[in-house]
Amino acid sequence: MALAIGCRAKPGKSRDNKTGSWRVFKPVFDKEKCTKCGLCMTLCPEGCIHQTDEEFVEPDYTYCKGCGICAEECPGEGIAMLQEEK
Amino acid sequence: MLEITEGSHAVAEAVRLCRPQVISAYPITPQTHIVEALADMVANCQLDADYITVENELSALSACVGASAAGSRVYSATTSQGLALMFEVCFNAAGMRLPIIMTIANRAMGAPLSIWNDQQDSISLRDSGWLQFYAEDNQEATDLHFIAYKVCEDHSVLLPAMVCFDGFILSHVYEPVDMLSQEDVDKYLPPFTPYQRLDAADPISFGMYATPDYYHEFRYEINNAAKRAKEVIQKAGKEFGTMFGRDYSALVEGYRLDDAETAIVAMGSICGTIKDSIDEMRAEGKKVGLLKLRVFRPFPSEEIAQALSKVKRVAVLDKNISLGAKGAVVIEVRDALYGSATPVKGYVLGLGGRDVRKKDIKEIVSLVEKGVGDQFFGLRRELL
Repeated sequence: MALAIGCRAKPGKSRDNKTGSWRVFKPVFDKEKCTKCGLCMTLCPEGCIHQTDEEFVEPDYTYCKGCGICAEECPGEGIAMLQEEK
Repeated sequence: MLEITEGSHAVAEAVRLCRPQVISAYPITPQTHIVEALADMVANCQLDADYITVENELSALSACVGASAAGSRVYSATTSQGLALMFEVCFNAAGMRLPIIMTIANRAMGAPLSIWNDQQDSISLRDSGWLQFYAEDNQEATDLHFIAYKVCEDHSVLLPAMVCFDGFILSHVYEPVDMLSQEDVDKYLPPFTPYQRLDAADPISFGMYATPDYYHEFRYEINNAAKRAKEVIQKAGKEFGTMFGRDYSALVEGYRLDDAETAIVAMGSICGTIKDSIDEMRAEGKKVGLLKLRVFRPFPSEEIAQALSKVKRVAVLDKNISLGAKGAVVIEVRDALYGSATPVKGYVLGLGGRDVRKKDIKEIVSLVEKGVGDQFFGLRRELL
């Protein structure tokens, strides 16, 4: 995508702002430990955790900023924060 | 037609002829006469512009940013502490690529409080993305406003510019100035065609946030636009010369430099004094010349290297000091000459309105001949 002169943007563009690059630690979800309680989905400030077809939850790494709230709050300790190499 | 007029009034008249649609400024010595005159012109229906009165310079330039983003030709003027108060907005105006033109009546920075001239104010904004022009006399100060609008509104540039002229030394001095007619200016400077503008029917925001994935490239692009301005200035300056007889195509201008052994590099009104001193030194057989920098941003490195390629030594005069280092101009001139064997010495002088006389210029020439420099020149030792 070419840069817009003057850093111009149209309104309503939060979907276009890919905040995933902010992340230092990546939440990795353990399918075995997940009880599908949905607490991570509720508490994610970015709203980027979604239920998948298999009724498992996973974050959208395009937007996940790596805040770690999901890992902190997961009652089953099923989310690990792993440092990412970029 | 030649008119004897005060520098500030000549600048105000030039601005009027550029047909700005929005003016916002806050009065501050020694810029006051410019904005007073423009306010009169608006009040007297000699200029069809909105004059937005504000509570300070931060608001003045912010109003200009909004008006420019809305697609208007915009003008402001300030100096010293007023410019310092605009600091934040200066970077935003450049980053949003808004071609605002602002006159700086150069004045020293406090503390200690000084209303007198040096160039510390605009020099301190050299990294902001604004183009910077420095005028030697009021004719040049006047003409540079037409050129600045033409250059900055070019869609390959789209950056704001400061037209700097020395406070009091030029702003309050009466000189003959050849003022263009409205017809002439209209031929040279077409109405502003914004590249993009605020429009309620098709809303956009300017200067949105850029993540680390994008910011670096934005700065690169702004830097490229500033560099591209070089060519646009040369073209606009040449066109001005063809139409009105005063050629401003050169970013740097030599005076008796062709066979000079010692070159003085300077900016602003001091160049007039230097030229007179050079004439006297030449009469005594000293081969001295001047290289005047008319444009400081974009910095004309290649032009300086070329112009100084044959001289034996260079004295750079700075009416500013990057405290803890050296004068800003000598640092960059030395960078431009990196790799050449020509010695470059810097002299910080004339701060806070201290007069620089012809005998001072001659003394600097004898100092640089002895290889003595990189110093504050003209210190009153009895005070230290």
